[in-house]
Amino acid sequence: MATADHIKEKLIKELAAVHVDVEDTSPNRCAASFKVLVVSPQFEGKALLQRHRMVNTCLAEELKEIHAFEQKTLTPEQWEKQMSQ
Amino acid sequence: LCAAADLQKDLSEMVKKDKVVVFMKGTPAQPMCGFSNAVVQILRMHGVDNYAAYNVLEDQDLRQGVKVFSNWPTIPQVYFNGEFVGGCDILLQMHQNGDLVEELKKLGIQS
Repeated sequence: MATADHIKEKLIKELAAVHVDVEDTSPNRCAASFKVLVVSPQFEGKALLQRHRMVNTCLAEELKEIHAFEQKTLTPEQWEKQMSQ
Repeated sequence: LCAAADLQKDLSEMVKKDKVVVFMKGTPAQPMCGFSNAVVQILRMHGVDNYAAYNVLEDQDLRQGVKVFSNWPTIPQVYFNGEFVGGCDILLQMHQNGDLVEELKKLGIQS
């Protein structure tokens, strides 16, 4: 079963994420749904599509049973900038 | 297996046939999912009216086939000039950071 904790652990482990927010949005929808924010130095120099593909690959197994999935991918630098705004 | 191979070939032609191609749930006039609706609204905001929209809810083979074709697990899926752009999150972020205007300009569409 895909749970918020499981998704978070996996992203930290496989994408060396320094910060992960996972929101379980299932209650608003008809089946398992998640919204994630992933901050990883591995995103540096990568285009948006590439970053999202990295997350999709990391969670390929879980996505099979997830109905809706929203993601935001930031580098640590972008994240700090966003936090200071 | 043969039908699946044919569909992949059809898809490579479908995405090249029109400048902007969207695979979605429902139709632009009646989107059946919030994410598909978001893509329709973003395109509308940028004055993109003439695009090819394929309803994956009407065709289960298409629904699965396009995921394989794009190597992308979710619907909606957006293509510009035959190239995969991304899903709803990516289009939204491109809209917010101004990239979408630039990409549409390359297609000859003035936002």
